[in-house]
Amino acid sequence: MSNLKHFTNGIVRENPTLVLLIGMCPVLAVSTSAINGMGMGVATTFVLTMSNLVISLIKNLVPNKVRIPIFVVVIASFVTIVQMTMEAFVPTLYKALGVFVPLIVVNCIILARAEAFAQKNTVIASILDGLGMGIGFTLALTTLGAIREMLGNGSIFNIRFVGENASTILVFILSPGAFIALGYLIAFINRLKGNK
Amino acid sequence: MEYIIIFISAILVNNIVLAKFLGICPFLGVSNKVGTAAGMSAAVTFVMVLATIVTFLLQKYVLDPFHIGFMQTIVFILVIAALVQMVETILKKISPSLYQALGIFLPLITTNCAVLGIAILTIQNDYNLIQGIVFTAANALGFGLAIIIFAGLRERLELQGVPKGMKGFPISLVMAGILAMAFMGFSGIVK
Repeated sequence: MSNLKHFTNGIVRENPTLVLLIGMCPVLAVSTSAINGMGMGVATTFVLTMSNLVISLIKNLVPNKVRIPIFVVVIASFVTIVQMTMEAFVPTLYKALGVFVPLIVVNCIILARAEAFAQKNTVIASILDGLGMGIGFTLALTTLGAIREMLGNGSIFNIRFVGENASTILVFILSPGAFIALGYLIAFINRLKGNK
Repeated sequence: MEYIIIFISAILVNNIVLAKFLGICPFLGVSNKVGTAAGMSAAVTFVMVLATIVTFLLQKYVLDPFHIGFMQTIVFILVIAALVQMVETILKKISPSLYQALGIFLPLITTNCAVLGIAILTIQNDYNLIQGIVFTAANALGFGLAIIIFAGLRERLELQGVPKGMKGFPISLVMAGILAMAFMGFSGIVK
């Protein structure tokens, strides 16, 4: 069947953040600006794709009983690679994301895809699934980040579009704004789905 | 005095769920009833304190002396996974009634980012062991406080007429936002 379908599945129909509603911690925490959201999304996409690739390769070697610890080690190894790469090349972003970079390892999306998809499907399908899910996650994070940045800081991708003295709705880049903005975003998506 | 500051700041000012965004999954997932929420927070408290003690000792006596700090993420997550499994087995043997109460929550805790998050934060904040334990216990209590209040609110919400699109998840998130706003009122108590 079409590999394309595996790819688009994660972006639209089963978008992990807006439809499946998993992996919420990083979504709420790092979406203070569009750039942060995108950085986190790209890092997660890399880990997701690579761990899907490796897990689908080793799926026949892993005894069923100890599969979860083995999957976790695979994921943690890629998270460590991402951590060291980010620290070396994008230190400001690494600092802004803080503890949430090592915490990619406990992002439910990654283990869920390993369990539900990579260990049952071919390598190519698993890579595409990882990429699709990752892109869906990145899109959701960037959208939420952009909304919060526009309302809370009057800028988008660090480009300010309101005047120097204009007052912005500061609460949106603080913690309550994360919950409220995501709540309305999901309600909006539900509404779109309901109309179909 | 310093312990009291760590304690109050972790529970009220920088609440783990509402300000630091750790442990959102159980916060939204098992907060349908006050009873389950209380069970979950008890299990989290137990595992979290134990995990911080073990990971702290590992960091100070294994990872640091051998300069393999980059292995932190891999080592910590394995320790937590093993610890959860161990607690589950021991609890089953020693106290079946407690196991009955906490049992279903234990496997969920491995992927609870709060446990790993607090273990890493304890190291990053340069706490000593006692400060680390106080910090962890306070965060665990903060988690319990947030999730129990939230479960209470959700029980009330069941009875309200919510617009169709907002039902379930969205309205819960908006409510969590308002709860977070209420907790922001505590900022300024501790620097």
